Amino acid sequence: MLVSMGGIIEISGVSKTYASGFVALKEINLSIRRGEIFALLGPNGAGKTTLISIVCGIVQASSGRVVVDGHDIVRDWRAARSLIGLVPQELTTDAFESVWSTVSFTRGLFGLGSNPAHIESVLRALSLWDKRDSRIMTLSGGMKRRLLIAKALAHEPRILFLDEPTAGVDVDLRHDMWQLVSRLRAEGVTVILTTHYIEEAEEMADRVGVINRGELVLVRDKTDLLHEFGSKRLSLRLRSPLAELPAALAPWRLELSPDGRELTWLYHAREAGAGVGDFLERVRAAGIEFADLETSESSLEDIFVSLVRER
Amino acid sequence: MNIEAVSAIYRFEMARARRTLMQSIVSPVISTSLYFVVFGAAIGSRIQSVGGISYGSFIVPGLVMLSLLGQSISNASFGIYFPRFTGTIYEILSAPVSPVEIVLGYAGAAATKSVILGAIILATAWIFVPLHVEHPVWMVAFLVLTAATFSLFGFIIGIWADGFEKLQIVPLLIVTPLTFLGGSFYSIDMLPPTWRTVALLNPVVYLVSGFRWSFYGIADVNVGVSLGMTALFLAIALVIVGWIFRTGYRLKT
Repeated sequence: MLVSMGGIIEISGVSKTYASGFVALKEINLSIRRGEIFALLGPNGAGKTTLISIVCGIVQASSGRVVVDGHDIVRDWRAARSLIGLVPQELTTDAFESVWSTVSFTRGLFGLGSNPAHIESVLRALSLWDKRDSRIMTLSGGMKRRLLIAKALAHEPRILFLDEPTAGVDVDLRHDMWQLVSRLRAEGVTVILTTHYIEEAEEMADRVGVINRGELVLVRDKTDLLHEFGSKRLSLRLRSPLAELPAALAPWRLELSPDGRELTWLYHAREAGAGVGDFLERVRAAGIEFADLETSESSLEDIFVSLVRER
Repeated sequence: MNIEAVSAIYRFEMARARRTLMQSIVSPVISTSLYFVVFGAAIGSRIQSVGGISYGSFIVPGLVMLSLLGQSISNASFGIYFPRFTGTIYEILSAPVSPVEIVLGYAGAAATKSVILGAIILATAWIFVPLHVEHPVWMVAFLVLTAATFSLFGFIIGIWADGFEKLQIVPLLIVTPLTFLGGSFYSIDMLPPTWRTVALLNPVVYLVSGFRWSFYGIADVNVGVSLGMTALFLAIALVIVGWIFRTGYRLKT
């Protein structure tokens, strides 16, 4: 498979087999574009975290190569890692340190001198400013999640990995997080997130990659994906019940509700556009009058479930 | 060299010591005082002097070594084991920090704490017995070298351990017995010839002997040998640490 060059992260032929013999990743090829928000979807154990861990230098790949903004992660690891911020899936924090000192610590690890103004702005953005002197162990789970993000942003990374950022997080925080991600994107930060919540990918991502059993099943622009794999339904609420479907409407895939009052057309997202007008004209021509009209489309979730199930 | 990272890890570790100030300072002062009461008063009243030095003064270098070895190991092993245990190690591993920098930060902080501890024990000893240091430069050199070496061993144990029990086992079952049997409280010349030979297999003998020489100019083994052995232990520790990072042992899968 040809990997297009010029992405901020170029993953080529990366495989990982753990010492136990478990094959976590098989020949992954993936190019992450500069400045995009990329969502990596996959069920538990699909290899999402392993892939992230390899790029970040925590797990050694069995084979393959990763290049981050022109820096090979093995040969030129220091430059590569300097660009990356990582928010891990687990709430792994110290206990006794203060919020301020742990965020400053991370900045130091990345070789940067203290910059209280930057740390203040990060803490404020994550609503942690009031907690800056609190010990980490006194924070709630949601606060700890924010703290991990603050730590990842402490060194002003150009690439941010969010591994399941909203797992076990309340609705408020989830929306804050989405806002933060779009702000980061506006600043040109590339964001790669893994998630179970398809809603999240649907809301935030530019592109979606689906990974299942260590294989990258597909990578698509989100809208293309919805377009290509999505299905739509158009329901008409009829003025008077219909006993049976008119022959003129036979070419369409139609369903009539048992009471004969609702007519539903299931169609592919690709057929939208010209098809809808045409369909409605035919309905009219067949003498069917309707009082209301409703359309809906399948979500990324439906697509995801069908993709993963196929394999 | 990522100096900021070394400094961040070092300061983090030193802050941890400040939070446990009682444990770090008060406990060695108390245990040293207890050793003086028990060994100095009880045994010292029967053994007048060893090699012309009063027994109370004689045991001081050994007491310092006893704490130095134990504390260096436990400090450094806990320092690196705890992030592995909580999972915060991900941060160190994904940061642009080299193995040398990681070791400098963790083992450097542990060694610093040990040297401070050694100074506190010496000051405590001063209250009980007269002390004089014949070779102050060598005294400091032995102190720092030993602290650094055993902090490195502690770091290795902290990487090797996969539970809190293992973290305790080495200091408890190996280092403490070796220190007690390593001539901390007696000169190995006082042992029967066979046991003296056996004692020479104990690495701690060389550390205690060299350190004691820097105080009183008397030694169980030639000071050059002591220095050579200390350097050898340091080299062994460095080789093992190098191997750990090369292979990613217990750090990376």
